[in-house]
Amino acid sequence: MNAIVKVENVGMTFDTKKGRFVALQNVNLQIRQGEVVSLIGHSGCGKSTLLNLIAGLTLPSSGAMICNGREIAGPGPERAVVFQNHSLLPWLTCFENVHLAVERVFGAKEGKDKLKARTNAALEMVHMSHAAQKMPHEISGGMKQRIGIARAFAMEPKILLMDEPFGALDALTRASLQDELIGVMEKTGATVVMVTHDVDEAVLLSDRVVMMTNGPAATIGEILEVKLAKPRDRLQLAHDPHFAECRAAILEFLYQKQMKKAA
Amino acid sequence: MSTATLTSGLVTVGPDTQAAPDTRDEVIAAKQEAPMAAAPLTHAPAAEPAEPAEPSTSFGERCGAFLRAVLPPLLGFAFIIGLWALVAMKSSDFPGPAKTLDAAITLFSDPFYQNGPNDQGIGWNILSSLKRVAIGFGVAALVGIPMGFIIGRFAFMNSMLEPIISILRPVSPLAWLPIGLMVFKAADPASTWTIFICSIWPMILNTAQGVQRVPQDYLNVARVLNLSEFKIITKILFPSVLPYMLTGIRLSIGTAWLVIVAAEMLTGGVGIGFWVWDEWNNLKVEHIIIAIFVIGIVGLVLEQFLLLIARRFSYGNN
Ligand SMILES: Nc1ncnc2c1ncn2[C@@H]1O[C@H](COP(=O)(O)OP(=O)(O)OP(=O)(O)O)[C@@H](O)[C@H]1O
Ligand SMILES: [Mg+2]
Repeated sequence: MNAIVKVENVGMTFDTKKGRFVALQNVNLQIRQGEVVSLIGHSGCGKSTLLNLIAGLTLPSSGAMICNGREIAGPGPERAVVFQNHSLLPWLTCFENVHLAVERVFGAKEGKDKLKARTNAALEMVHMSHAAQKMPHEISGGMKQRIGIARAFAMEPKILLMDEPFGALDALTRASLQDELIGVMEKTGATVVMVTHDVDEAVLLSDRVVMMTNGPAATIGEILEVKLAKPRDRLQLAHDPHFAECRAAILEFLYQKQMKKAA
Repeated sequence: MSTATLTSGLVTVGPDTQAAPDTRDEVIAAKQEAPMAAAPLTHAPAAEPAEPAEPSTSFGERCGAFLRAVLPPLLGFAFIIGLWALVAMKSSDFPGPAKTLDAAITLFSDPFYQNGPNDQGIGWNILSSLKRVAIGFGVAALVGIPMGFIIGRFAFMNSMLEPIISILRPVSPLAWLPIGLMVFKAADPASTWTIFICSIWPMILNTAQGVQRVPQDYLNVARVLNLSEFKIITKILFPSVLPYMLTGIRLSIGTAWLVIVAAEMLTGGVGIGFWVWDEWNNLKVEHIIIAIFVIGIVGLVLEQFLLLIARRFSYGNN
């Protein structure tokens, strides 16, 4: 068992106007090659903070973050990020948004035609070829999110980091994007770390669900293995006893052990 | 760096949502606090593709809408012309609308005559003013925009130059005219110099503000993709700063057009400002009134032209 990402005794402290704020403390996590891990926890517990640390967008105050045997010193294309708010560049077409990433990763080795083919393949994968020449403001929220996913997958990252990728979407769109994501993950065998606040989504998509305690000084409370065969089908899972067990375990953690104090 | 949060932050309302100030009041207000004023950051709802014409709108209704749009401005003009005629009737040396119109017709029937350096057609006068504005303004853009980028990108440069700019910005550009005369030893480049001075502040400050306001999300994209500095500038910084830059350009062309009239009155030569002064010495008040209209219309055209360009680059938000 080879861990591609190791989070060792990581703590994260923010300097705020009111003094120091300990967001994360003593976080230990190992993520295996090809594994899909989701981070779940109450709002403000530090899920995004942890994901940003893995992405390298922020550096930990204490402890070590290791990716592929090397300390994480900053962001890089081998750790692609799907941003919650899609973050497509509004002045580029959908094609150009994806192409920018493709060009950066493969531009040095491959010719123009190959880069274009990669971009088109990525758009095809999320069924967005028809909108390749549209500007981001011309497509719907779910479509933007799909382009964001295409951009991340097109980079063929070692690790894909997603921060509430479907958080802003309605239930129907979310379900169809989850199915799409299952297909894409199946095809690429990518290592995925995903933040979510949706219990069903966590069980449906992941191999392990990492449950975080409430902040401040949040840490990992429990880790749940989801032993359901892949590929998973949402309709069959509804009747699966293990699915129900996993769901119950997460709900119990969130709503009994980590009951959010009434604000 | 430490503020990089991928989610749960509000989506920054960036320059792509600039609403153009449309009413006169806003434009005037913007001019007064010209350099710092960025376009208001209201979130204009994305315009949907033109809706199919509603079949129910009858010819009468459309006529009504047209009248409602055109009638108030026409009434406004009629009112001001009536007032003007009234005042002119009571006064012996103030020309009325009819006399002014007559003078305008003779003036514009031959706008490009040349009788020596101090007696040229109104067309030449307008063109030479515009030329000065174009040169002063162009040089200001060449200097100011890169400077704005530098100030916006490097905090050190910002704290170094900010106090200087804060002191110099409120100074009337006309105060720089003597320096221009001294350095260039000629009237023409001196008035161009004042245009340069008044145009440069809005360009620097708006560009710098645009650079500082590039949404963190886009910068995070750049960091994750590990883009080269060149790509960051061309694909991320420049496009997201462009609307701010255009705001700066629009504000400075407005002030430039205000200042050129005053500068030319002081320096002489050919130009609409000097022409106004010359006609005053000739006691041709009707020409001065014509000049006021002409200056106003040219300013309006410049402003609208730049607004048009700004809309073009607002990434589908209006
Ligand atoms: N840059 C920062 N400066 C100060 N405090 C921060 C900063 N970023 C995050 N925090 C704090 O750290 C805690 C965790 O924030 P984080 O964004 O990771 O929460 P989250 O679990 O992603 O929440 P949500 O589910 O609402 O997105 C919060 O209390 C937040 O206020
Ligand atoms: Mg979050």
